[in-house]
Amino acid sequence: MNRTYEVMYIIRPDITDEEIDKIVSTMESNVAAAGGTLTNTERMGKRRLAYVVRGFAEGLYVLMTIDGEGEMIHEVERRLRVSEPVIKFITVRVDEKQKKLNKLQALRATRVKRSTTEAAAAPVEAGATAGNEPAPANA
Amino acid sequence: MAEERTHSQSHGGGSGSGSGDRRPSSGGRSGPGSARDGSGRKFFRRKKVCKFCTEKIDNIDYKDVRLLSGFVAERGKIVPRRLTGVCTPHQRRLTTAIKQARNIALLPFAVRY
Repeated sequence: MNRTYEVMYIIRPDITDEEIDKIVSTMESNVAAAGGTLTNTERMGKRRLAYVVRGFAEGLYVLMTIDGEGEMIHEVERRLRVSEPVIKFITVRVDEKQKKLNKLQALRATRVKRSTTEAAAAPVEAGATAGNEPAPANA
Repeated sequence: MAEERTHSQSHGGGSGSGSGDRRPSSGGRSGPGSARDGSGRKFFRRKKVCKFCTEKIDNIDYKDVRLLSGFVAERGKIVPRRLTGVCTPHQRRLTTAIKQARNIALLPFAVRY
């Protein structure tokens, strides 16, 4: 039920700093109002856009990580669409991807652990030290 | 004797036409490294490896413009996997990431000359 989304939006560059703060905090409260939980907000700073959007060549990128349901994200997107200073936004669903990533990393961790225990066992008999000292430190 | 001569002549003519037929699709001995679609030839082209598989990059993120721009041509087009050597599942994820980046103006759709 709880899905994780990444919402990245671009704010037009020609507004004051305090207005930017206002917009960002408005968006954050929108998330809460729609019933979602905001995990993280990251301001990626002013960047040059790859193409002209609504007459602007630069924009302020903001990234929000949100937890919530599908209906919640509809509401957040609607508010972003309506908001005048926001010129572009994209929503990406990341919970499935994150799950797969965690599984893959867990699998890789078990494989590494197995190989390091074997490596630790062998040199005790062989007497080689230098090559295998870093391995237990890594594990 | 005359028969032998004509026979040899026809044989020479036959081999000549044979090499002429093969010319459009030949050059197979110089296949590796040649700028051709080298599919179905005995020699593989350099056995290019998938960058993501070797470096164990799991997450192909649309935000990572530097990584993505290595797979985008000068005019902004996505480079086919036979040129970059990327494996199919990673190419599919890469394409999705590039298209997402294009949508959020991190990468261009098309670069005018």
